[in-house]
Amino acid sequence: MIINHPLLGPRDAQEFTYLGDANLIDRPDWQADGAGQAFYEYLYLRDNPAGLHRELWYHEQGDRSWLVVTRNISTHEITKVELARDVARAKGRGK
Amino acid sequence: MRYSGFRVIKEALTGHKGWQPAWRDPTPQAGYDFVIVGGGGHGLATAYYLAKEFGKARIAVLEKGYIGGGNVGRNTTIIRSNYLLDGNEPFYEFSMKLWEGLEQDFNYNAMVSQRGVLNLCHTDAQRDAFTRRGNAMRLNGVDAELLDREGVRKIAPFLNFDNARFPIKGGLLQPRGGTVRHDAVAWGYARGADQRGVDIIQNCEVTGMRIENGRIKGLETTRGFIGAAKVGVAVAGSSSRVMAHAGMRLPIESHVLQAFVSEGLKPVLPGVITYGAGHFYVSQSDKGGLVFGGDIDGYNSYAQRGGLAVVEDVCEGGMSLMPMIGRARLLRIWGGIMDMSMDGSPIIDRTHVEGLYFNGGWCYGGFKATPASGWSFAHLLATDTPHPTARAYRFDRFQKGLMIDEKGMGAQPNLH
Repeated sequence: MIINHPLLGPRDAQEFTYLGDANLIDRPDWQADGAGQAFYEYLYLRDNPAGLHRELWYHEQGDRSWLVVTRNISTHEITKVELARDVARAKGRGK
Repeated sequence: MRYSGFRVIKEALTGHKGWQPAWRDPTPQAGYDFVIVGGGGHGLATAYYLAKEFGKARIAVLEKGYIGGGNVGRNTTIIRSNYLLDGNEPFYEFSMKLWEGLEQDFNYNAMVSQRGVLNLCHTDAQRDAFTRRGNAMRLNGVDAELLDREGVRKIAPFLNFDNARFPIKGGLLQPRGGTVRHDAVAWGYARGADQRGVDIIQNCEVTGMRIENGRIKGLETTRGFIGAAKVGVAVAGSSSRVMAHAGMRLPIESHVLQAFVSEGLKPVLPGVITYGAGHFYVSQSDKGGLVFGGDIDGYNSYAQRGGLAVVEDVCEGGMSLMPMIGRARLLRIWGGIMDMSMDGSPIIDRTHVEGLYFNGGWCYGGFKATPASGWSFAHLLATDTPHPTARAYRFDRFQKGLMIDEKGMGAQPNLH
């Protein structure tokens, strides 16, 4: 599998480690009401779809950036690669 | 028709004209008391025990493809009960006891072969961990033997004992572990269930669930609506997809695991051997092929094929453990889809929908569990109470902090 890194170009997936669903970016607010339930769902429950899946890959053997890769889980076709930093900032996370 | 030696001789003398199909091909009825989704080993075993042990009738098994085409035909056929934790060990030992009587029970030759499972250790710390695990097994009444280096050498002299980085220090042996002919397990359960009136409906995919007032009414399928009082879902690998019909999100990711078979060789391996320094396990089939495997590919996948990087990794593990494997040619490689759960342990539980029950999350240890999984699931479906050995396999264990995390990896499915 080749991941087309936004900064470095096409890289072998073996250079990366895999974390999982990109929703892991959306860490719940620990002070909000119902934070217990929110953290349970955040930590343990997954959509696990058979089609397109947005997921976090870490370029450990490269520039150590986190990527959000959109991949079809049934065919391994990668349709989009973004820097996780950009995805999180677009959601208003971090300054 | 009962199978026996006498029968084989009689058929041989009469031109083999008396054999019949091992199970019927019925058209689905309008409704059943029990519908099991998934005609794999676990689903068929569930239907079999529901009919045989719990005296239930009007049972159907729905299978998307054909019997034996899923994970029951894609595993590496190993059976063992060498677990550490109390939530697991009695369940897998229950399974082992069922394996030991299975062939007589369902009158089918499943080639249950208890040649032993040997886990190798390569460091002092690993030997301490194996001592602990062996003791935990013995406390649960399971056979476990800690072998020193010479003990291992006696069983498997061909191993690479003096690997500079990972010398073999000893091993934990479960003599009652071994292998089973996996297809025969599916066929035997299918035949046994069919003989007891269970309808096995193939090429029938579930496309929706009819749920009214929080109660299951039946299933929409590619062969029309099938009514059901109780539905048991046993579709490990596709659990998230099927349970999504009931609006559920599961603590499960689907991953692909590859398995490998070499060309047929003369008998070289005494039993199952697992490498403690890399992830590699190997046994020899009755046809002579070395059957081996290693890690999952590590990222979500519904494709029943894996990547070459893992092929290389597994073969490196094999070469490092038993260099003689390098002379064997690889015949076949295939992949199966695993339900990787968040703590590496399975789930057998009811759901928030009345009459809908779930069995899944087997990670890559589902095959050995087949008989006990079927029995426990049948117990749950028939009596609405969990089987004593499967009491810990609940959905809410994640919420309550009661995880059964054999490997201590946390909620990271690709590490279990």
